[in-house]
Amino acid sequence: MDAFTRLDAKLAPLPLANIDTDQIIPKQFLKTVEREGLAKGLFYDLRFDGDGKPRPDFVLNRPEYKGAGVLVAGDNFGCGSSREHAPWALMDFGIRCVVSTSFADIFYNNCFQNGLLPVVLTAEQVQALMDEAKGGNHLVTVDLEAQTVVSPSGQTFAFKIDPQRKEKMLKGLDAIGETLQASGDIDLYEMKAALSKPWLENA
Amino acid sequence: MRSMPPLPKPSGKTLYDKIWDAHLVADQDGESIFYIDLHLIHEVTTPQAFAGLRAAKRPVRRPDRTLAVADHNVPTEGQALGVAAVADEEARLQLQTLERNVKDYGIEFFPMGDIRNGIVHVVGPEQGRTQPGMTIVCGDSHTSTHGAFGALAQGIGTSEVEHVLATQTLRQKKSKNLRVTLDGEPIAGVGAKDYALAVIREIGTAGGTGYVIEYAGSAIRALSMEGRMTLCNLTIEAGARAGLVAPDETTFDYLRGRPATPKGAAWEMALPYWKSFFSDPDAHFDREIVIDAASIAPLVTWGTSPEDVIAVTDRVPSLDSFTTPDKRASAERALDYMGLEAGQPITEAKVDVVFIGSCTNSRIEDLRAAAKIVEGRTVAGHVRAMVVPGSGLVRAQAEEEGLDAIFLAAGFEWREPGCSMCLAMNPDKAPPGQRVASTSNRNFVGRQGRGARTHLMSPVMAAAAAIAGHIADVRDFL
Repeated sequence: MDAFTRLDAKLAPLPLANIDTDQIIPKQFLKTVEREGLAKGLFYDLRFDGDGKPRPDFVLNRPEYKGAGVLVAGDNFGCGSSREHAPWALMDFGIRCVVSTSFADIFYNNCFQNGLLPVVLTAEQVQALMDEAKGGNHLVTVDLEAQTVVSPSGQTFAFKIDPQRKEKMLKGLDAIGETLQASGDIDLYEMKAALSKPWLENA
Repeated sequence: MRSMPPLPKPSGKTLYDKIWDAHLVADQDGESIFYIDLHLIHEVTTPQAFAGLRAAKRPVRRPDRTLAVADHNVPTEGQALGVAAVADEEARLQLQTLERNVKDYGIEFFPMGDIRNGIVHVVGPEQGRTQPGMTIVCGDSHTSTHGAFGALAQGIGTSEVEHVLATQTLRQKKSKNLRVTLDGEPIAGVGAKDYALAVIREIGTAGGTGYVIEYAGSAIRALSMEGRMTLCNLTIEAGARAGLVAPDETTFDYLRGRPATPKGAAWEMALPYWKSFFSDPDAHFDREIVIDAASIAPLVTWGTSPEDVIAVTDRVPSLDSFTTPDKRASAERALDYMGLEAGQPITEAKVDVVFIGSCTNSRIEDLRAAAKIVEGRTVAGHVRAMVVPGSGLVRAQAEEEGLDAIFLAAGFEWREPGCSMCLAMNPDKAPPGQRVASTSNRNFVGRQGRGARTHLMSPVMAAAAAIAGHIADVRDFL
């Protein structure tokens, strides 16, 4: 997993609530057996019209937002399907941080598996960022160590984050390797469970 | 020697607390590692997980606790021809990749065309693999379905699929407890799907975020297992990763005699363990919602979020009823996408396609209820109507009962099992601009096909829409 420490990047606003993972990456892009190359499907129906031509008014198609690394979006970002293709597509496109008032649980969790930082701010702070992002070419700074977002005009917004998740994100740690350090505990649990719930052993 | 399972004592714990405690393996740096009893997998969210295992040279820890099906991108006809005949090259590769992975790692698999194959959340319960007090995961958000049995079941991403394959555990922090109580007798034509939509309307699509929802009350007790599965299935649409119903005689009756449920002495041993999974009378819930089941009318969605719910007798809401600017903007976009006018009666919406299927509503009871409405009637001339049973076994059962003949005589297509038009990852798609009366779970933009307009509703409401040719009140067809 990529580590995330500090990011200075262009800010792009997407002022819509309930952006679901079907909108982030539609199903036709889920038939891949790879993790890479999903940028082409990111926000596909918002980015392209029925003939596959880019919609010039969509924020990520506008030249002033080209190369945006931070997205600020409406409530309940990432709801719906559990597809991890959503964070993969965002990352592949170059988005490393999404700011919203709230995220759906599964998406939020998937972000931390991939080094994509989801930042929760208040409705006022999100609105302030949306306003400041207008016109494009505005830089924000996201500092995970300090847990702050510095807006284009210099306003500093602090955010909360689970300390363990923060630590792993800062170091880019692999969860499986960490859990396997507890193999002994898993062995012990399995031995006890095999005795107390034997009907599950020959299912 | 085998000891009896330890039975949790009354302790002010919720059902969720009890399942959580019974599966805790260790705490590591403030995160809990908890054991997974059953891991269901399918073709779409696993290839990258197996690739990760291979790259790290890690084995699958418990292939015997893993079950694979092919459901998301299978075509719903010609399945007997096998995967090699699947026309879509990418889908075929994904299905073949799953076949290779389950073979390499020794995982039980019901391939496309096997009578036991079907939608993962239909197959698990049907086989008796889903049991009370279990922890269940699958790389699919509708894994919440299995909570109907009093199992803690949740959808996970592909990285977590890899984590579970490698360790048979999941790392998580505990969620909060939310209880939804539904008491009272429903009116005719109202069932589990309407209950679920009523809950989502009440708390919103983010209302359950951070919670596990337990459903309780007399209306829940009165539901069949199929109904409970529908309700728990849609829990994710309310933002909660898992829904739960405490097991009772209805649960045990459903489980008895299924291929993977314990038999004889093992059944006698399992039963008291299962019965210990309920919320203690003094259990603490962080939030409580109470809904009067009798107050719920047949419901339908009008917009592009599952919280956009109205009674079938209602009008499409006016934009002024949305309080925040982004909610109003979303509603405006939704109306535009759906081709509806604010204030118009929803029954004026003419439908082009009717889809009865999906992990929400494709079980035998759903098909029986829809067939009852359809029997002796004819699908409106302009409507394409399809029934997609949830598994090969559901399909066979329905055929034994003659339900296929009822649907076919009315003008429905009778298709082979799979996720089908719920997510349109396979040949079953609704064309742009077409309106779909659907028993599935998501009315998102483009979900059933690019530009397709989805209205979520119960199987009986979808059946009524097929006959009427527009969204219709099922009570006129009872």
